[in-house]
Amino acid sequence: MKLRHNDHVVGYLFSAPFILGFLLFIAYPMVSSLYYSFTNYNLLSAPTFVGFDNYAKMFADDDKYWNSVRVTLHYVVASVPLRLAFALLVAMLLNKAIAGIGLYRSAYYLPSLIGGSVAVAILWSQVFGDKGLVNSFLGLFGVHTDTSWIGDPRTSLWTLIALSVWQFGSSMLIFLAGLKNIPKDFYEAAGVDGAGAVRRFFRITLPLLSPIILFNLIMQTISAFMTFTPAYIVSRGEGGPLDTTLLYSLYLYKRAFEFYEMGYASAMAWVMLIVVGVLTLILFQTSRFWVHYESKGDR
Amino acid sequence: MTASAKLWRRISYHLLVGGLALVMFYPILWLFVSSLKPNDEIFTTAYSLIPSRLEWRNYATGWAGFAGNSFDTFFKNSFIIAILSTIGAVASSALVAYGFTRIRFFGRAFWFGCMMMTMMLPRDVTIIPQYIMFTNFGWLSSFKPIIVPQFFGIPFFIFLIMQFIRTVPADLDEAAKIDGCSKYGIFFRVILPLTVPALVTAAIFSFYWTWDDFYHPLLYLNKPELYPVSLALKLFLDGESLNNWGGMFAMSTLSLIPVFVVFFIFQKYIVEGIATSGLKG
Repeated sequence: MKLRHNDHVVGYLFSAPFILGFLLFIAYPMVSSLYYSFTNYNLLSAPTFVGFDNYAKMFADDDKYWNSVRVTLHYVVASVPLRLAFALLVAMLLNKAIAGIGLYRSAYYLPSLIGGSVAVAILWSQVFGDKGLVNSFLGLFGVHTDTSWIGDPRTSLWTLIALSVWQFGSSMLIFLAGLKNIPKDFYEAAGVDGAGAVRRFFRITLPLLSPIILFNLIMQTISAFMTFTPAYIVSRGEGGPLDTTLLYSLYLYKRAFEFYEMGYASAMAWVMLIVVGVLTLILFQTSRFWVHYESKGDR
Repeated sequence: MTASAKLWRRISYHLLVGGLALVMFYPILWLFVSSLKPNDEIFTTAYSLIPSRLEWRNYATGWAGFAGNSFDTFFKNSFIIAILSTIGAVASSALVAYGFTRIRFFGRAFWFGCMMMTMMLPRDVTIIPQYIMFTNFGWLSSFKPIIVPQFFGIPFFIFLIMQFIRTVPADLDEAAKIDGCSKYGIFFRVILPLTVPALVTAAIFSFYWTWDDFYHPLLYLNKPELYPVSLALKLFLDGESLNNWGGMFAMSTLSLIPVFVVFFIFQKYIVEGIATSGLKG
């Protein structure tokens, strides 16, 4: 197609919503939050420039900050791989053409459909509460306990991890679509060569799914870093007990919108952006060693 | 393999997969059953799925809401936010997706790159200046900060619709052009009708995300009469209303019903939408 002058104008007209929105709601806010991160700003008076003070305070003087970093890393490192492992396992179980499979697929997917809602976060705080479903079940088996899983600092974060793993459904659907694309004759050929189920999994399924795994891993990691609603609801906005559920995003929210320390919170946001960006880059870099790309031919 | 061995395999498969599905689904079932249990029974017999009697009153006491604001208001607010946001998100994303796929213009690759970057950008980085900006606009305590940004294209949906437009043969565009269609004509008469499945998928997810959204209402809406359901549910956990468990479970159940209804009507679109674009549910 030859470039015509008119196409430039029409192209910008069609793309205008995104371009305007990007400049107004993404680019400008990013630049100004970088600026705020070097200031003290409480919304009431104008921002005052303080250099690297916010960053220095964050890294050297704020135990709560480091605690929230630890809690968040723990949350991400535990929940993302578990979630993906479950998603892959169940996808392999469901990759069959038998009656009723659609019903199973829905049952496994539904939790991830509603999982981000306040209703489910409330439900979760009751399931793991002192008299909740879990303790009630344990009671049936003679294990009587009155400790709330939410209220016990040793288990509180794990209840959030469980909630995240419970929502493996959307990753499962992506894996299912990927599994359907693997030609059946690969497995048949491997079967003829005497490869067992385990070998076929590691030699065929895993390599051919690896681009999808990479994609899932990156997107899930980023969204895990931003987890807010369940932590807020389950801990009633406090991040307790003993700050064990004070995820990064929740701490940032409290600093910004409860204490109105906009500069400090902006600095936190930029550190998060850099960490998430670096992690994503590392994942992409390592992907050379474990992600298998088929030569696409004419596609 | 003998017939009986095959049968055993099939039974154990359904026991395993069905059993696991039941475990997955159990909390949701429990939520529903608890919404029908008398208040004093919810936690004394938490393991039981059979209430001693059906307490429909929970729905009435829950619906009554807090300090004069009933769930009439909250549901109305949620529907206003979700429907307007969805219209804005889908319409604007479709325009942009067409511009990015079918028109070659100066800087297209750059803007496409910006869009992909936005998709991965943590919300926390932009939220503070956005909040300050909307405060300066005088938009606090209104739906505007939640709804208006949706009219500027949502990267996930742009990407999804782009993927779909790419499957429409370019010959169709050419044919329409020969028939005298402008770029606008091609968009409205050729592309739009053919991308309906992608638009439906985008609409469904937009509805889900805005219906479930808690963060932005929490930030921008500070009057109970403006609360959507997601934010109103939080009030059950606050202070004096702390003991209306039945009402809390009842309203939580109701808040999920629009999501379930949309799911059962549009299941096909959802499954395909996630599989082709990696949208998260």
